[in-house]
Amino acid sequence: MTAYLVRRLLWMPFLLLIVTFLTFVLGYYGPGDPAQLLLGQHSNPEAVERLRHELGLDRPLLVQFADYVWRALHGDFGESLTMARGRPVSDLLKRSLSITLQLNAVVLVVSLLVGVPLGVFAALKRNTWLDYLTMTGVVVAISLPTFLIAPILLWLFAYKWRLLPPGGWNGIFSRNIILPVIVMSAGPIAVFARQTRANLIDVLSQEYIRTAYAKGLHERRIFFVHALRNALIPLLTILGLMLGSLVVGSFITETIFGIPGVGRLAFQAFFSRDYPVIMALVLLIAIGYALANLLVDILYAFVDPRIRYQ
Amino acid sequence: MPTPEQLAIDRRAPLRVSVWQVRWRRFTDFTRRYARNRMAVIGLLIVLTWVVVGLFAPWIAPYGYDKTNYNAANQPPSFAHPLGTDALGRDQFSRMIWAARTALIVAPTATVVGVVLGVFFGLLAGYFGGWIDEIVMRLSDVLFAFPGLLFALLLAATLQPRLAAWLSQFERIKPWVRAGYVEFFVVVIALSLVGWPGLARLVRGQVLSLREQQFVEAARALGVSPWRIMWQHIFPNALPPVIVALSMSMGSAVVAEASLSFLGIGITPPTPSWGAMIYNEFASWRSPSAPWLLWAPGLAVAALTFAFNFIGDGLNEALNPQDRLT
Repeated sequence: MTAYLVRRLLWMPFLLLIVTFLTFVLGYYGPGDPAQLLLGQHSNPEAVERLRHELGLDRPLLVQFADYVWRALHGDFGESLTMARGRPVSDLLKRSLSITLQLNAVVLVVSLLVGVPLGVFAALKRNTWLDYLTMTGVVVAISLPTFLIAPILLWLFAYKWRLLPPGGWNGIFSRNIILPVIVMSAGPIAVFARQTRANLIDVLSQEYIRTAYAKGLHERRIFFVHALRNALIPLLTILGLMLGSLVVGSFITETIFGIPGVGRLAFQAFFSRDYPVIMALVLLIAIGYALANLLVDILYAFVDPRIRYQ
Repeated sequence: MPTPEQLAIDRRAPLRVSVWQVRWRRFTDFTRRYARNRMAVIGLLIVLTWVVVGLFAPWIAPYGYDKTNYNAANQPPSFAHPLGTDALGRDQFSRMIWAARTALIVAPTATVVGVVLGVFFGLLAGYFGGWIDEIVMRLSDVLFAFPGLLFALLLAATLQPRLAAWLSQFERIKPWVRAGYVEFFVVVIALSLVGWPGLARLVRGQVLSLREQQFVEAARALGVSPWRIMWQHIFPNALPPVIVALSMSMGSAVVAEASLSFLGIGITPPTPSWGAMIYNEFASWRSPSAPWLLWAPGLAVAALTFAFNFIGDGLNEALNPQDRLT
């Protein structure tokens, strides 16, 4: 266990370095010339050359990479090139990151609070029409693309009935958040419900559950104490994997609902090919994702003592 | 008491069944089990419709995808234009059909390339283990660190202009570049590069457990070459989960293509794509004057995703009958 953790932790910096390098190379070969971009298409070639020199773009790739990593470690991700010319990327990131994190936290809580009980319900009523209805609904919810539910909900609630604001950001305790959270939780709710049901049914067929019955324990106690706890452990892995897809999923949701988070920033950055912003975003998300997965693996071992990593 | 002759006949009887009879029998068993899941059958029908519409788009679509008619712009659904027209007077129904063709080119190619890569590396890593396993798994770690769509976005945004510029040097390819074929190529590459690590891990896990089974040991004892054991003995047994994953990832490839195009990185106008069509009507989401323009492509993407998910469920039940008991 300790050996495994040490190995994972030692591999982590390399993983992050490779991820950074890959992102940097893609950014380096991507946007065309930032100097050209800054000065406009019909500028004097000498001026472009001078600016390239000033920006340090005429240095070898590896030198630039080392410089980028060194600065990034100090929180300096360069300046935005096209979107908000000259503004430090870290400024842009700070605000949007906090908004996205808040939004995703709410989505996670909501989907756990709805998804897990749904799964438990389906498992309790398994192979009845209630179960089939729930599970069909779940597959439908998994398949619903944001493209479809977001416009429909917007149209119904914001346009036709005028019940809810069509978007914007006013903190997590405002009415603005209701629609985006519904849109973003549909998928995770379905995943949690499905997994909870499958795990629970699997656990209920285990020997130790039969032992608990034989011991004469009350059914409810068996279900909620012995079975449910073990059925919920695999959800941790999904939680880790979900973090990434949630953040990326908010690309589209945030753009549609006009929430000034990481997703909308990324959307704008990709649209105007603002590579310093794109790179910083990709890096942050990838690093956060990798760390979250590591954390989940560690937690996993603590929660379920039967798991032994080699 | 049977006579020796009768026994001999009985013993010979099973041998008369040919391999093809057995395979046919297995196939009909499989289809019967599959057909029991009604949603899976509906899913299959939806996908077949999509394939037919995509293949025969030039003959089905009443108008060209880029044929503008400013006299008939922004029209609501009518007999001449079943889904109305957009701001440029292009027939939305025809564009839907042409976009089906775009999705039909991108999603299956990206999925198949991803599956081929995933199966190949998964088999190698699982069967040989050691440093091969280590390299493949570390590589998949790196790719896993990027949330899928994000990496595809970055890759496509970077590759597309470079590749287009490079290919434009060659006079013979230039018209192809102009026609937007590079976009297809880039999207396929981006999506398959994102897709393979998950499949490689799935296959690797399967192989790890199959490798220890007795029939593999027996094959090895008989001196069968590792390559042959891998492909002839292990691969067919690792196949069922791969097929299910294939169906599911086909659905997500449709969504991924739409998302990339929605974000302006994938297939760009005038080539029609459901994602780009949704983006076109983006402004009208707040005050929808023409909701049908938006809902048609959204519904198409949704229907296909449903279909592939239900097919995946159906395949899962048909391929692993024992799972139904739980």
